[in-house]
Amino acid sequence: MPTNNNQNGEVLVKVNNLVKYFPVRAGLFQRVVNHVKAVDDVSFFVRKGETLGLVGESGCGKTTVGRTMLRLIEPTSGAVTFEGRDVFSMKPRELKVARRDMQIIFQDPYASLDPRVPIGESVMEGLHIHRIGTPKERMDIMLETLKKVGLETYHSRRYPHEFSGGQRQRIGIARALALRPRFIICDEPVSALDVSIQSQVLNILKDLQAEFGLTYLFIAHNLSVVEHVSNRVAVMYLGKMVEMTSREELFRNPLHPYTQALMSAIPVPNPRLKRQRTILKGDVPSPLNPPKGCRFHPRCPVAIERCAHEEPPFVEVSPDHWAACHLVQ
Amino acid sequence: MTEVVPSGDNTLLADAVAMRKVGRLERFLGPENYRVLVGLFKTPASIVGFALIVLFVAIAFLAPWIAPPLNPNDPYKIPRDGFSAEPRPMGSEWRVRPPDLPVWWKPIMKTDQWVHILGTSQGQYDVFYGVIWGVRTAFKTGLIVVLSTFLIGVVIGSVSAYYGGLVDNIIMRIVDVFLTLPFLLAAMILAAVLTPKIGRSLVPSILALIAFGWMSYARIIRGDILSTKERDYVMAARVIGVRDSRILFRHILPNAIFPTLVLASLAIGDVTLSFAALSFLGIGTEMGYADWGQVLSFARNWIISLDQYWYIVIWPGLTLVLFVMGWNLLGDALRDILDPRMRGKT
Repeated sequence: MPTNNNQNGEVLVKVNNLVKYFPVRAGLFQRVVNHVKAVDDVSFFVRKGETLGLVGESGCGKTTVGRTMLRLIEPTSGAVTFEGRDVFSMKPRELKVARRDMQIIFQDPYASLDPRVPIGESVMEGLHIHRIGTPKERMDIMLETLKKVGLETYHSRRYPHEFSGGQRQRIGIARALALRPRFIICDEPVSALDVSIQSQVLNILKDLQAEFGLTYLFIAHNLSVVEHVSNRVAVMYLGKMVEMTSREELFRNPLHPYTQALMSAIPVPNPRLKRQRTILKGDVPSPLNPPKGCRFHPRCPVAIERCAHEEPPFVEVSPDHWAACHLVQ
Repeated sequence: MTEVVPSGDNTLLADAVAMRKVGRLERFLGPENYRVLVGLFKTPASIVGFALIVLFVAIAFLAPWIAPPLNPNDPYKIPRDGFSAEPRPMGSEWRVRPPDLPVWWKPIMKTDQWVHILGTSQGQYDVFYGVIWGVRTAFKTGLIVVLSTFLIGVVIGSVSAYYGGLVDNIIMRIVDVFLTLPFLLAAMILAAVLTPKIGRSLVPSILALIAFGWMSYARIIRGDILSTKERDYVMAARVIGVRDSRILFRHILPNAIFPTLVLASLAIGDVTLSFAALSFLGIGTEMGYADWGQVLSFARNWIISLDQYWYIVIWPGLTLVLFVMGWNLLGDALRDILDPRMRGKT
């Protein structure tokens, strides 16, 4: 049983059957000829105050999940509720208000700041848009937020190109934090940074979580990073959720064969250790034309016949441990 | 082995690593645009270009002193010295109704006699006067046409990129249609059609050049907006709740407009040339208006005897060439500097 003190915590964000297909157009009249099934029927929830790690390899739809949840990309179908309110049915004005509570930190710190705007103004922009406080108060909030991420007052007038990658990522965090949101989607916030800077940024995120009671959805492809920050971990494969449970449970007892393969790929700094490694055959299939049945079955080392034509449901196989595999149900 | 004890003061390091002061302008423009700007003032070609343009700006401002008009309310009318068809050579004296003597003439020439410095053209139009006041016409038409086409192009291109989809498709097909028309011919026909309706002035030619000159701006700004709007900082602004119009004007356009701005700054030379071509063909301004194309057109009937009357075509032609060359040199330099492979070499 997972020993997670958050286990019965209140659910802050709930994602139900989220689907996002990107149309593929071709020909003179730009007719839709196919769909990239980036996210296909994904459900999960995030509890208040926890960090849910969302892992999966490149192109599995992690980022699309995050961006769709904030309606940066309009969903094909499904529902996202934030504190019981349906995000997808919000009118523009309600959405604007809701966005004070939901923010995002981007992967690439070089692309996420407007090169022509001093960083102080970038951080203050949200306060200005939502008409929070007087200009003087906004300035104070901005400077305080910069200080929280380890930047100085005099930095606020500088432009993004005058900062290093780690500093920029901290500015991105400050911008997300300025509105004092309750939920932040961290979209691979450290994968573009040097290893030496990664831990610094991760620790800032942890400190801020403790101080402001933040809830994170932490998207990453690096399992050791996810292990470092998450309370619970969800694993995606080719637009589908394959497993979700507490961090301890996932690393101790992964149920899905894909998760097991991921775990065996984590490098261990001990050359003498002989390990049972699961090497996956082949490549990730194209999300244009995903395999029938279980999407993982062509690469699965333990697939049975049923996997090829019947899609396994994503169910709670033991308390707080969800998985989508015929073999564990 | 000697032990190195860190002294704690970094003066050596500070000397070794040259600290570069980042000026206000550089901060505002960003390192890339700043590099372009600095490069412009360091490339020999662009320095020559700048010098030529500065010279022409000075002439345009000082025109009333360099060549005083006969009637200050209508300075663009080239003064005539009689009506005889045959051009008269450079330096011949001014017989009929000479304009005021320019202030610089007497101290240099020690005489009160105002002459046709560059001769007279067919119909006794003073070539020198036409060349000097033609600078103003060139700047006027160039700036008006470039500014208008730039604005029209940017608005149309932004709308196209911003709405995307069907709107984008329709607008870009219209642009394609406009681009298939031969520019000068189309402008000539439109100007010829407009002239009887609005009378002979600069306006018909300017309108015609605007009508067929905005497409390249629309295309370029559209492409740049399309690439800029996918950047993460635009998404970040949307997450914060920034209005679409504010995103466009504050975050997208300032980052997308630079290449279009560069294109516009270089187009003045081309516009001047096209305008001169139109007025050489007799479209647009009334007879005797001070613009280079018209002054050149006075030489049309004397083509076979240009060995004798060379000055009626050389001087206005040379001025036109220098004016266009100034802008083109600037353009070449800018293109070199913008080339990423040249980075760090200027």
